[in-house]
Amino acid sequence: MSEVAKREPLFSKKNKKLITDPLNDTNPVTIQVLGICSALAVTVQMSNAIVMSISVMAVLILGNVIVSLLRNLIPGKIRIIVQLVIVAALVIIVDQVLKAYVYDVSKQLSVFVGLIITNCIIMGRLEAFALGNKPWASALDGLGNGIGYGVVLVIVAFFKELLGSGKLMGFDIIPESFYEFGYMNNGLMLLPPSSLVIVAIYIWIQKSRNPKLIEN
Amino acid sequence: MAINRESNGYTILFAVIMVTFVGGILAFLATALKPAQEANVRNEKMQNILQAIGIEELNDVSRKEAGAKFNDYVIERITLNFKGEVIKRTTNSDSIKDVKDAFNINLLKQYKTIASKKERDYPLFVCEANGEKFYVIPVLGKGLWAAVWGYIGLKSDGTTVNGAVFDHKSETPGLGAEISKPDFEKQFIGKSFEEDGSYAPIKVLKPGLEKDNHEVDGISGGTFTSVGVEEMLERTIEVYYDYFKNNK
Repeated sequence: MSEVAKREPLFSKKNKKLITDPLNDTNPVTIQVLGICSALAVTVQMSNAIVMSISVMAVLILGNVIVSLLRNLIPGKIRIIVQLVIVAALVIIVDQVLKAYVYDVSKQLSVFVGLIITNCIIMGRLEAFALGNKPWASALDGLGNGIGYGVVLVIVAFFKELLGSGKLMGFDIIPESFYEFGYMNNGLMLLPPSSLVIVAIYIWIQKSRNPKLIEN
Repeated sequence: MAINRESNGYTILFAVIMVTFVGGILAFLATALKPAQEANVRNEKMQNILQAIGIEELNDVSRKEAGAKFNDYVIERITLNFKGEVIKRTTNSDSIKDVKDAFNINLLKQYKTIASKKERDYPLFVCEANGEKFYVIPVLGKGLWAAVWGYIGLKSDGTTVNGAVFDHKSETPGLGAEISKPDFEKQFIGKSFEEDGSYAPIKVLKPGLEKDNHEVDGISGGTFTSVGVEEMLERTIEVYYDYFKNNK
């Protein structure tokens, strides 16, 4: 890469694309089909989905920046393991900090925080982007993908919580009178399979509206 | 850069430095945050015990307040064996140090490591509020996915439930996880563990059936969790029933 004579502005067109692309064209969940596992598991309540998204975003941004800073030092042969160690260390730090300062949230997320390590989005972005780009661009890429992941998670959680338990963010939404007329919450919506259905419908709508995504 | 990034020596050196560095950071962090984490767990247990007493002023006690208020209400901590005999007794003026102190008994650890219920220790908390005596009994059993546990508050007769708090590790939200909701917990209030002078466990039945003094509604869709709650109550409270009977 040749050095650019004039410094690139922080939010150049290229950098903005790093944030906006993952929201639609290259969405990590619906287009790259990464991180599906957690999209199935932590979407029963919106509050959990939001905290999970924020945690993943934090780990993704920090991981991207650290790997990007070290990209000229990391030996090629063990780069995957190096990335894994960095992600694992970050996740443990997040988990320990949550346990000490936001105990209630950490109780709710329990095992899922540990599972951030296995979230393929993180390894995917480290390998595909951070290893070959500068820290600032990597941070934006992490932010973009984190938001892209979070948006899908929150949308899925919205439908699951509304249809499954008649609540949003823990507040009752469906009025009592509906239940008296025989309306029932759909228990299936609380279980992981329903996320697949919602994600599939999401992909269907997304692809039908975005001609760039149509495959031959 | 002059160093050859692909050489074995560099790779090993990099790995060693990285692992040492990361290990150091994590060790430091774990040690630094441990007191705060332990305090959280401890205060939560105190909060649960206070809430289980079932008196209005303690229903909404926060985790932070619980630590300070615990000794005002819990006047004695007793550890029983399976026969209902006292093996350790401490009062609120003793600090919670001894491993056999009722507060320090870890039911989950016992459940996992001591196969026979006859060899486990049974903690009992004697509480006093507004001049009345209450007992709080911790219970623990198996739900669908992992452990479920709770605290049962009894009136001074040792058989009538005055309050109940349940919690779980990872029951299905919306189904089994409903046991930790007030709707489920409140049903236990006023129920009794005694019938005609002998032990009568509280049953968790299918929702919607007629209920007598020893029965509560289970959770529809949460059958395994409901069965787990019933089992842990039946198995544990029996030990205390003997204790109360012999100490009346």
